[in-house]
Amino acid sequence: MSDNNVIASRSLGARFCRSGLALTAASIAGIMILAAIFAPWLASQNPFDPAALDLSNSLIPPAWAPGGDARFLLGTDDQGRDVLSALLYGSRISLMVGGAAVLFAAVIGVAVGLVAGYAGGWIDALAMRLADVQLTIPAILIALMVDALAHAVLPPARHEAVAIYVLIFSIGIADWPQYARVVRAATAVQKTLGYVQAARVMGVRAPAIVLRHILPNVLSSVLVLVTLGLALAIIAEATLSFLGVGMPPTAPSLGTLIRIGNNFLFSGEWWITLFPALTLVILALAVNMLGDWLRDALNPKLK
Amino acid sequence: MRIFAQGLIAAVAVLCVTASVPAKAENVLRWASQGDAMTMDPHAQNEGQTRAFAQQVEEPLVSRRPDLTKVPSLAVSWRQVDPKTWEFKLRQGVRFHDGKPFSADDVVFSFKRAMMPTSDFKEIVGTIADVVAVDAATVRITTKAPDPILLDAVYNVFIMSKAWAAEHGVNTPQDYGGGQETYAVRHANGTGPFILETRDPDVRTVMVKNPNWWGLKDNPHNVDRIIYTPVKNPATRVAALLSGELDFLLDPPLQDLARIESSGQFQIQRAPAVWTIFLGMNTGSKELASSSVKGKNPFADIRVRKAMNMAVDVNAITQRIMRGLAQPAGTIVPPGVQGYDKSLDVHLPFDADGAKKLLVEAGYPNGFDVRLDCPNDRYLNDEPICQAVVGMLARIGVKVTLDLKPRTIHLPKLQAKKTDFYMLGWGSDTMDAHNHLSFMASPTSIWNETGYVDQKLFDLINGMESEIDMAKRDGMIKEASLRLREAYSYVPLYHPMLAWATRKGVTVPMVPDNLPYFSYVRFAP
Repeated sequence: MSDNNVIASRSLGARFCRSGLALTAASIAGIMILAAIFAPWLASQNPFDPAALDLSNSLIPPAWAPGGDARFLLGTDDQGRDVLSALLYGSRISLMVGGAAVLFAAVIGVAVGLVAGYAGGWIDALAMRLADVQLTIPAILIALMVDALAHAVLPPARHEAVAIYVLIFSIGIADWPQYARVVRAATAVQKTLGYVQAARVMGVRAPAIVLRHILPNVLSSVLVLVTLGLALAIIAEATLSFLGVGMPPTAPSLGTLIRIGNNFLFSGEWWITLFPALTLVILALAVNMLGDWLRDALNPKLK
Repeated sequence: MRIFAQGLIAAVAVLCVTASVPAKAENVLRWASQGDAMTMDPHAQNEGQTRAFAQQVEEPLVSRRPDLTKVPSLAVSWRQVDPKTWEFKLRQGVRFHDGKPFSADDVVFSFKRAMMPTSDFKEIVGTIADVVAVDAATVRITTKAPDPILLDAVYNVFIMSKAWAAEHGVNTPQDYGGGQETYAVRHANGTGPFILETRDPDVRTVMVKNPNWWGLKDNPHNVDRIIYTPVKNPATRVAALLSGELDFLLDPPLQDLARIESSGQFQIQRAPAVWTIFLGMNTGSKELASSSVKGKNPFADIRVRKAMNMAVDVNAITQRIMRGLAQPAGTIVPPGVQGYDKSLDVHLPFDADGAKKLLVEAGYPNGFDVRLDCPNDRYLNDEPICQAVVGMLARIGVKVTLDLKPRTIHLPKLQAKKTDFYMLGWGSDTMDAHNHLSFMASPTSIWNETGYVDQKLFDLINGMESEIDMAKRDGMIKEASLRLREAYSYVPLYHPMLAWATRKGVTVPMVPDNLPYFSYVRFAP
């Protein structure tokens, strides 16, 4: 079994290098992720530090436009925040929230899916109906509810500090049924296969069968879901922040930056919203294309 | 079959003819602003937008024209019988929207209602001792002491129907701070030019023309219906205006004025507003609830308050965020009111280093932390201004967490005194400095959250209520304004300029207190 896996991954790597699309998408996503990670060293300004902002530098157009300033390559917003620095720090938050939310959803979803698929019977029925109920409520609505609840329950001084966790939780909790359903279906199939039956006959206990034998064989489909889900989670975060229930303006994510900039679209200060929006589109597209390619590559029917 | 077909054709033809006779087109005024009125109860909240709604539906004895000069309304004439007694002759033949006749009993009831503890106008009518009906058409108001600005107080009391109030159990004003819901919160019954048809808070409010309004003879307006929609997002407001969904926008975003004008379909009116936007500091508490400094209150130290004033660069705010459409303020009393003194209206020069030195002297070399409570749908650019203040104060070491809330949460929070540091604006109710001083500096005022107590200042404010020698009174206003300014319990920010956007073909006369009178609106034929 392990030999098979090595062969599969080797051919996956080889095919990755041969696919121009996958390479481009991966390098764009990689560069953006690296830029986000190293934002404190790359950015000329810490846009989250209110003391670093100077109102007299507000609304400067990008450096190449008339009235531009070389210190602010992509211009500044209404608070004197350097748009490029805000983008670097903002994509950091967007990626962090997206990544953590997907991880959160995947862990819950995989666990529920494995248990439901292996146990079957009433446990399966209960878990899947729960997932169905969860799926009837749109993800964005759940996120809005959790966020509103957190805002109502927590004292205002804590809002900013917990905003990021609230976002991770609300996006993650909305997404777990996707993983649960896929993993449950895969587990139900694996359960009937010879190696699982053999393990069972040999007296291996159920948790060990699920974790050691079934989990590795369903992970490839989870990997595809995670990659596709990351792009969706980043967009969900941006949507929530755009609606004003996500990250506060003092620690803006990409969505918050788009929201702030949206107020200046009519007045011709296009750079405040355009660059965050472009970044969001490119980031989501790159991750999505990577996920798409991965799905095709791992699909035996398309080999 | 043929007969049937002929009949059908005839029926269709008749329908077409009826349809093509144009029904007299309704003039619908669709307007918007960022935040809704807080209640329809005319005595529960003394707040600008709330009054903007009330003054379409209800009327006081003495009203104002759009240029703010006083005009007779439900009273046709008035005279001073003696220094403490005023007599008002009431308009005859007026009926409330529900058909009940208007009489002196309604006036007495409304004044008594406005004087009740849950009324937000009790300070404004605080000089009134009693209101009595002499006969059905005459009312006498006696004041505790001679009151030179009684008519300005009268202007603030909207007249409700006594019978209607009794019928619906709204004899007392809604306790807004206590979260009370009454019939008067979503219904109104006045004598004014418009009838409240539907009220859906934060969604839509519809008013229709009162065909029996007494004022139609002198003021024959042609507005049949008014639809109000609150739109919080500035870009959405502009989009709604530009796409033709609105006829009148009360608060177009300043950055978009040029864009709106350049479209050629709208006009922008500008005027200085009799308003001041400022920050207040809680000087009275033992310690600040939102600060980690315990055992003492940084704002109790005048050096800290002065430092806060010096650290806020009001010129940057007016030039950069308000785009020049605001005048830096040095006092809470705005230009245009009786008693305004230009020499006091100069903000402390911006000096971050000096402010830091003062903080060191006061024992806060590393600054302190505090929460700033700000509305995000009340004043133009309230949110970016508060954000900018956070940055300016960060530079002198004061770490500010920002709590942005809609006005319907923000304002009650202030009134409940659950704030250490807050943004507020005050527009004149009476066009007299006394109104600003008594609301912003009297220790008993529900709108004064500074907790700052200065007996001499309080005496001056009380004294000017009964001082009829105007020169002497102006002197008292100046002294009181100076004392308040030098207490630095407020950080005055700016006096805004108003800008109203209207569709061409509709005339909405500008009112310097930012409260439109829709009975003066005219649709071009």
